[in-house]
Amino acid sequence: MRKISISIAAVLLACATPSFAQPISNADAARGDAAIPKAFPTAPADWHSRFVQDETMKQCSVYENAPPKAVAEAIQKREKATIQYPPDGNLMGDWKSGEKIAQSGYGLRFTDYPPRSASGGNCYACHQLTKAEVSYGTVGPSLLNYGKIRKFGAAETKAAYEKIYNAQAAFPCSNMPRLGTNKVLTIDQIKDLVALVMSPDSPVNK
Amino acid sequence: MKNRLLILIATCVAIFAATSIARAQDETEKAVEKYRQMLKQDPWSNPGLLDSDRGESLWKTPAGPNKVSLEKCDLGKGPGVVDGVFAELPRYFADADRVMDLETRLMWCMEKLQGAKHADLVKDPYPKGGQPVKDLGAIATYVANKSSGMKFAAKLDKAKEKEVVALGHAIFFRRQGTHDFSCATCHNDAGKRIRLQGLPYLAKPEEAKQVVGQWPAYRVSTVQVMTMQHRLLDCYWQMRMPKLEMGSDVSVALVAYLVKNAEGGEISAPGLKR
Repeated sequence: MRKISISIAAVLLACATPSFAQPISNADAARGDAAIPKAFPTAPADWHSRFVQDETMKQCSVYENAPPKAVAEAIQKREKATIQYPPDGNLMGDWKSGEKIAQSGYGLRFTDYPPRSASGGNCYACHQLTKAEVSYGTVGPSLLNYGKIRKFGAAETKAAYEKIYNAQAAFPCSNMPRLGTNKVLTIDQIKDLVALVMSPDSPVNK
Repeated sequence: MKNRLLILIATCVAIFAATSIARAQDETEKAVEKYRQMLKQDPWSNPGLLDSDRGESLWKTPAGPNKVSLEKCDLGKGPGVVDGVFAELPRYFADADRVMDLETRLMWCMEKLQGAKHADLVKDPYPKGGQPVKDLGAIATYVANKSSGMKFAAKLDKAKEKEVVALGHAIFFRRQGTHDFSCATCHNDAGKRIRLQGLPYLAKPEEAKQVVGQWPAYRVSTVQVMTMQHRLLDCYWQMRMPKLEMGSDVSVALVAYLVKNAEGGEISAPGLKR
């Protein structure tokens, strides 16, 4: 019966979105959901939440990160609603501290417990940021001269804060972690990263 | 206009810088490729073969509570057959009623033939950095090496096998954990890097064919042979997930998905990795 209802749902979905075939069936995704918790039997209880997908993760997974327009818009709206801003409205912190956060990939791996320092953002793993750091990844776009290109504008500063806090509010199903929403980084750390990309003094813009 | 020009110049500088680094990366990759060619001409210079040799003697040595060797282990082509079996794994095994990759099947044989306990086998199966690959991994290296030079030809056409490949596909794209990572975050695009490390596009057969057959591989950075199951645990560690159990349905499904993508690709195990 359950199988039948799943296939009816799949047929309905296929009819509703004729131009966007869902590459991964809901049935296969459900088997993945069931298999994942069993594959990590030694996980401590407070890690079990890492097995569970929220709606955005589910949608990005079954569409292989290329969701149809309506799904993309729903994700964007939902993720935008999660963004919290600094109470005083000041979005820029200290770029020097931001550079350290951008360099560090520490945090939240099973070898990182008990925590020995604050988690990093690991920005350089995927982005070019400064000319000085030549060991950078290319999964994300280069952010060299990010603020300069945007004329250090206030609206651009706010957009940068929002992208770091939750990249999917700007780019649904982006590969980038939702660093603020998922509490990987604190609001203060995100402010430091905003300063790294948006401050005229930052080596990103030199 | 002036700004546009500046942007253009900045972009050109950025592209130039990126290309020169990419070129340096290419040079490194070329050097490693040259080393791989040298290893082909003189296979005995590959340190991973010491583990393969150790694996061969372990395969033939009585062990476990039952004090028998693994020589009656059926890896898919009949009890004791080692030559060419790795090229046709993973596959469905009727006796276990399960699709199994090489390491999972070896574990099964250690349990059923030698009397080892499953809990002991999965407890701490991989070496720490700098330590040699553990016994099961050494045996896996030996068995894989006995298919070196052959092409991946796992059929994966039975209903249960297709189901496992489809599960592997779903898991490859499944985003989870604190960072929303999936395998696809790093391995679903061509020509990308993490820091300076190139990333294979594993969802694409052309690239999967080139790299999947190199595992188990001797990893220069950790001075040891690393098996495919160990490699997957390492990926999930980076993905901020807990310890992936050796032989779990998730790891078997991912191996099956990768091998399916690599169908027709040459096996050159143990390979050599950075």
